Amino acid sequence: MLLIECPFCGARPELEFVYGGEAHIARPAADADLTPGQWAAYLYARSNTRGVHAERWRHTRGCGRFFNALRDTTTDQFIATYEIGQARPPSVPAQKIP
Amino acid sequence: MAEPAALRRTPAIPATPGVRLLPPAARFILRADRHTLGIAGNVLGIGAAPGSCRASQAGMRAALWLGPDEYLLLAPEAEAPGLATALEQALQGEPHSLVDVSHRQTALEMSGSRAAEILSSGCPLDLDVTAFPIGMCTRTVFAKAEIVLWRTAGDTFRLEVWRSFTDYVARFLDEVVREY
Ligand SMILES: [Zn+2]
Repeated sequence: MLLIECPFCGARPELEFVYGGEAHIARPAADADLTPGQWAAYLYARSNTRGVHAERWRHTRGCGRFFNALRDTTTDQFIATYEIGQARPPSVPAQKIP
Repeated sequence: MAEPAALRRTPAIPATPGVRLLPPAARFILRADRHTLGIAGNVLGIGAAPGSCRASQAGMRAALWLGPDEYLLLAPEAEAPGLATALEQALQGEPHSLVDVSHRQTALEMSGSRAAEILSSGCPLDLDVTAFPIGMCTRTVFAKAEIVLWRTAGDTFRLEVWRSFTDYVARFLDEVVREY
Protein backbone atom coordinates (compact mmCIF):
# COMPACT_ATOMS: atom_id res chain seq x y z
CA MET A 1 0.00 0.00 0.00
CA LEU A 2 1.15 3.54 -0.74
CA LEU A 3 2.42 5.26 2.42
CA ILE A 4 2.00 9.03 2.76
CA GLU A 5 4.07 11.00 5.27
CA CYS A 6 1.68 13.12 7.34
CA PRO A 7 3.62 16.08 8.83
CA PHE A 8 1.89 15.40 12.17
CA CYS A 9 1.58 11.59 12.34
CA GLY A 10 4.39 10.20 10.17
CA ALA A 11 4.09 7.58 7.44
CA ARG A 12 0.53 6.30 7.19
CA PRO A 13 -1.46 4.18 4.73
CA GLU A 14 -3.07 5.92 1.78
CA LEU A 15 -6.53 4.70 2.88
CA GLU A 16 -6.57 7.28 5.67
CA PHE A 17 -6.12 10.26 3.32
CA VAL A 18 -8.29 12.30 1.03
CA TYR A 19 -6.98 14.35 -1.91
CA GLY A 20 -7.71 18.08 -1.68
CA GLY A 21 -6.83 19.54 -5.09
CA GLU A 22 -4.01 21.82 -6.21
CA ALA A 23 -2.16 23.75 -3.47
CA HIS A 24 -1.04 27.38 -3.25
CA ILE A 25 -4.04 28.88 -5.04
CA ALA A 26 -4.52 32.28 -3.42
CA ARG A 27 -7.91 33.91 -3.41
CA PRO A 28 -7.62 37.20 -5.34
CA ALA A 29 -7.78 40.40 -3.31
CA ALA A 30 -10.73 42.74 -4.08
CA ASP A 31 -12.62 39.81 -5.53
CA ALA A 32 -15.75 41.94 -6.00
CA ASP A 33 -13.96 43.79 -8.83
CA LEU A 34 -13.09 40.68 -10.83
CA THR A 35 -14.65 39.97 -14.20
CA PRO A 36 -16.62 36.72 -14.44
CA GLY A 37 -13.76 35.34 -16.53
CA GLN A 38 -11.17 36.13 -13.87
CA TRP A 39 -13.39 34.65 -11.17
CA ALA A 40 -13.97 31.48 -13.20
CA ALA A 41 -10.22 31.18 -13.73
CA TYR A 42 -9.63 31.38 -9.98
CA LEU A 43 -12.32 28.79 -9.28
CA TYR A 44 -11.71 26.29 -12.03
CA ALA A 45 -8.45 26.78 -13.93
CA ARG A 46 -5.79 24.38 -12.65
CA SER A 47 -2.26 23.75 -13.85
CA ASN A 48 -2.87 20.02 -14.56
CA THR A 49 0.85 19.42 -14.20
CA ARG A 50 2.58 16.43 -15.69
CA GLY A 51 5.44 15.89 -13.25
CA VAL A 52 5.97 17.45 -9.84
CA HIS A 53 2.67 18.83 -8.59
CA ALA A 54 1.96 20.74 -5.35
CA GLU A 55 -1.33 19.56 -3.93
CA ARG A 56 -3.39 19.49 -0.76
CA TRP A 57 -4.14 16.33 1.15
CA ARG A 58 -6.15 15.77 4.28
CA HIS A 59 -5.37 13.11 6.85
CA THR A 60 -9.10 12.60 7.32
CA ARG A 61 -8.96 9.30 9.21
CA GLY A 62 -5.98 10.30 11.30
CA CYS A 63 -5.24 13.72 12.75
CA GLY A 64 -7.81 15.39 10.49
CA ARG A 65 -5.36 18.05 9.30
CA PHE A 66 -4.84 19.43 5.81
CA PHE A 67 -1.25 19.58 4.59
CA ASN A 68 0.55 20.09 1.29
CA ALA A 69 2.50 17.56 -0.71
CA LEU A 70 4.76 17.48 -3.76
CA ARG A 71 3.88 14.45 -5.82
CA ASP A 72 5.10 13.34 -9.22
CA THR A 73 1.93 12.79 -11.22
CA THR A 74 3.67 10.42 -13.63
CA THR A 75 5.06 8.04 -10.98
CA ASP A 76 2.71 8.75 -8.04
CA GLN A 77 5.81 9.21 -5.89
CA PHE A 78 5.53 11.63 -2.97
CA ILE A 79 8.63 13.85 -2.90
CA ALA A 80 7.81 15.96 0.15
CA THR A 81 4.98 16.80 2.52
CA TYR A 82 4.80 20.04 4.47
CA GLU A 83 2.42 22.00 6.66
CA ILE A 84 -0.12 24.46 5.29
CA GLY A 85 1.37 27.97 5.29
CA GLN A 86 4.90 26.82 4.51
CA ALA A 87 6.49 27.71 1.19
CA ARG A 88 6.69 25.11 -1.56
CA PRO A 89 9.98 23.21 -1.20
CA PRO A 90 12.44 23.37 -4.13
CA SER A 91 11.01 21.24 -6.88
CA VAL A 92 13.56 18.50 -7.01
CA PRO A 93 12.73 15.86 -9.58
CA ALA A 94 11.47 12.56 -8.20
CA GLN A 95 14.12 9.91 -7.79
CA LYS A 96 13.77 6.79 -9.82
CA ILE A 97 12.40 3.96 -7.72
CA PRO A 98 14.84 1.07 -8.07
CA MET B 1 -40.22 6.48 17.44
CA ALA B 2 -38.12 4.07 19.42
CA GLU B 3 -38.20 4.28 23.18
CA PRO B 4 -35.34 6.41 24.55
CA ALA B 5 -34.41 3.48 26.79
CA ALA B 6 -33.99 1.28 23.73
CA LEU B 7 -31.68 3.86 22.17
CA ARG B 8 -29.53 3.87 25.29
CA ARG B 9 -29.25 0.12 25.52
CA THR B 10 -25.87 -1.55 25.40
CA PRO B 11 -25.31 -2.82 21.86
CA ALA B 12 -25.50 -6.60 21.59
CA ILE B 13 -22.28 -8.05 20.22
CA PRO B 14 -21.39 -11.65 19.41
CA ALA B 15 -19.49 -13.60 22.07
CA THR B 16 -16.05 -13.61 20.43
CA PRO B 17 -12.98 -14.94 22.24
CA GLY B 18 -10.67 -12.04 23.06
CA VAL B 19 -13.27 -9.35 22.34
CA ARG B 20 -15.34 -7.64 25.00
CA LEU B 21 -17.50 -4.57 25.22
CA LEU B 22 -16.05 -2.15 27.77
CA PRO B 23 -18.37 -0.42 30.26
CA PRO B 24 -19.82 2.99 29.32
CA ALA B 25 -17.41 5.89 29.83
CA ALA B 26 -17.34 9.66 30.10
CA ARG B 27 -15.86 11.05 26.91
CA PHE B 28 -14.99 14.60 25.92
CA ILE B 29 -13.45 16.02 22.78
CA LEU B 30 -11.19 18.94 23.66
CA ARG B 31 -10.05 21.21 20.85
CA ALA B 32 -7.28 23.37 22.25
CA ASP B 33 -3.53 24.03 22.11
CA ARG B 34 -1.04 22.15 24.27
CA HIS B 35 -1.02 24.84 26.96
CA THR B 36 -4.77 24.51 27.46
CA LEU B 37 -4.50 20.73 27.33
CA GLY B 38 -2.03 20.98 30.21
CA ILE B 39 -4.69 22.75 32.29
CA ALA B 40 -7.23 20.04 31.44
CA GLY B 41 -4.58 17.41 32.22
CA ASN B 42 -4.20 18.85 35.73
CA VAL B 43 -7.97 18.58 36.25
CA LEU B 44 -7.86 14.95 35.08
CA GLY B 45 -4.73 14.26 37.10
CA ILE B 46 -3.01 12.59 34.16
CA GLY B 47 0.27 14.49 34.34
CA ALA B 48 2.17 15.42 31.19
CA ALA B 49 0.23 16.14 28.02
CA PRO B 50 0.57 13.36 25.44
CA GLY B 51 2.75 13.81 22.37
CA SER B 52 1.74 12.99 18.80
CA CYS B 53 -0.25 9.74 18.54
CA ARG B 54 0.20 8.99 22.23
CA ALA B 55 -2.07 8.67 25.26
CA SER B 56 -1.45 9.86 28.82
CA GLN B 57 -3.15 7.80 31.47
CA ALA B 58 -3.61 7.79 35.23
CA GLY B 59 -5.84 5.10 36.65
CA MET B 60 -9.14 5.10 34.78
CA ARG B 61 -8.60 8.56 33.27
CA ALA B 62 -6.80 9.24 30.03
CA ALA B 63 -6.15 11.87 27.36
CA LEU B 64 -5.62 10.62 23.81
CA TRP B 65 -3.91 12.75 21.18
CA LEU B 66 -6.04 12.70 18.01
CA GLY B 67 -4.59 15.70 16.20
CA PRO B 68 -2.36 18.74 16.87
CA ASP B 69 -5.26 20.48 18.63
CA GLU B 70 -7.68 17.63 19.23
CA TYR B 71 -7.78 15.33 22.26
CA LEU B 72 -10.14 12.62 23.47
CA LEU B 73 -10.56 12.64 27.25
CA LEU B 74 -11.77 9.42 28.91
CA ALA B 75 -12.97 8.77 32.45
CA PRO B 76 -15.37 6.42 34.25
CA GLU B 77 -18.99 7.10 33.36
CA ALA B 78 -20.02 8.25 36.85
CA GLU B 79 -17.49 11.09 36.74
CA ALA B 80 -19.00 12.76 33.65
CA PRO B 81 -21.09 15.52 35.27
CA GLY B 82 -18.47 16.48 37.87
CA LEU B 83 -15.67 16.38 35.34
CA ALA B 84 -17.60 18.55 32.88
CA THR B 85 -18.08 21.22 35.55
CA ALA B 86 -14.48 21.02 36.75
CA LEU B 87 -13.10 21.28 33.19
CA GLU B 88 -15.42 24.14 32.32
CA GLN B 89 -14.26 26.11 35.36
CA ALA B 90 -10.57 25.40 34.85
CA LEU B 91 -10.67 26.29 31.14
CA GLN B 92 -12.57 29.54 31.57
CA GLY B 93 -10.88 32.31 29.57
CA GLU B 94 -8.80 29.84 27.52
CA PRO B 95 -9.68 29.54 23.84
CA HIS B 96 -11.04 26.00 23.48
CA SER B 97 -14.02 23.84 22.63
CA LEU B 98 -15.12 21.06 24.97
CA VAL B 99 -17.84 18.67 23.82
CA ASP B 100 -19.34 15.78 25.76
CA VAL B 101 -19.36 12.79 23.38
CA SER B 102 -19.88 10.09 26.03
CA HIS B 103 -22.79 8.51 24.18
CA ARG B 104 -21.40 8.92 20.67
CA GLN B 105 -18.96 6.06 21.02
CA THR B 106 -18.69 2.63 22.55
CA ALA B 107 -15.46 0.90 23.45
CA LEU B 108 -14.38 -2.60 22.48
CA GLU B 109 -11.34 -4.35 23.85
CA MET B 110 -9.37 -6.83 21.77
CA SER B 111 -6.84 -8.87 23.71
CA GLY B 112 -4.80 -12.01 23.35
CA SER B 113 -1.47 -13.08 21.88
CA ARG B 114 -2.88 -12.72 18.33
CA ALA B 115 -4.74 -9.45 18.93
CA ALA B 116 -2.53 -7.40 16.59
CA GLU B 117 -2.73 -10.06 13.88
CA ILE B 118 -6.53 -10.19 14.14
CA LEU B 119 -6.87 -6.40 14.01
CA SER B 120 -4.62 -6.34 10.95
CA SER B 121 -7.43 -8.03 9.05
CA GLY B 122 -9.24 -4.69 8.98
CA CYS B 123 -6.66 -2.06 9.94
CA PRO B 124 -3.99 -0.97 7.43
CA LEU B 125 -1.52 0.25 10.08
CA ASP B 126 1.61 -1.66 11.04
CA LEU B 127 0.55 -3.01 14.44
CA ASP B 128 3.86 -4.63 15.33
CA VAL B 129 4.85 -3.46 18.81
CA THR B 130 7.98 -1.76 17.39
CA ALA B 131 5.86 0.37 15.03
CA PHE B 132 2.79 0.73 17.25
CA PRO B 133 4.13 0.64 20.83
CA ILE B 134 2.20 0.46 24.10
CA GLY B 135 0.55 3.82 24.75
CA MET B 136 0.23 4.72 21.05
CA CYS B 137 -3.21 5.80 19.91
CA THR B 138 -4.61 7.17 16.69
CA ARG B 139 -7.72 7.61 14.67
CA THR B 140 -7.65 5.16 11.78
CA VAL B 141 -9.89 2.83 9.80
CA PHE B 142 -11.07 -0.66 10.61
CA ALA B 143 -12.62 -2.25 7.54
CA LYS B 144 -15.18 0.40 6.49
CA ALA B 145 -15.52 2.03 9.92
CA GLU B 146 -13.56 4.86 11.47
CA ILE B 147 -12.13 3.98 14.89
CA VAL B 148 -9.70 5.27 17.49
CA LEU B 149 -7.19 2.54 18.21
CA TRP B 150 -5.17 2.57 21.44
CA ARG B 151 -2.65 -0.06 22.49
CA THR B 152 -3.13 -0.22 26.26
CA ALA B 153 -0.83 -3.22 26.79
CA GLY B 154 1.41 -5.45 24.70
CA ASP B 155 -1.45 -7.66 23.57
CA THR B 156 -4.44 -5.45 24.41
CA PHE B 157 -6.07 -2.80 22.26
CA ARG B 158 -8.95 -0.46 22.99
CA LEU B 159 -11.17 0.44 20.03
CA GLU B 160 -13.34 3.53 20.32
CA VAL B 161 -16.13 2.98 17.83
CA TRP B 162 -18.97 5.31 16.88
CA ARG B 163 -22.08 3.75 18.40
CA SER B 164 -23.88 2.79 15.20
CA PHE B 165 -20.75 1.04 13.87
CA THR B 166 -20.27 -1.11 16.99
CA ASP B 167 -22.35 -3.97 15.64
CA TYR B 168 -20.46 -3.92 12.32
CA VAL B 169 -17.01 -3.83 13.93
CA ALA B 170 -17.85 -6.53 16.48
CA ARG B 171 -19.26 -8.86 13.81
CA PHE B 172 -16.28 -8.24 11.54
CA LEU B 173 -13.95 -9.21 14.39
CA ASP B 174 -16.09 -12.27 15.08
CA GLU B 175 -15.77 -13.37 11.45
CA VAL B 176 -11.99 -13.01 11.60
CA VAL B 177 -11.58 -14.78 14.94
CA ARG B 178 -13.40 -17.82 13.53
CA GLU B 179 -10.39 -18.38 11.29
CA TYR B 180 -8.12 -18.99 14.27
ZN1 LIG C 1 -1.94 13.04 10.46
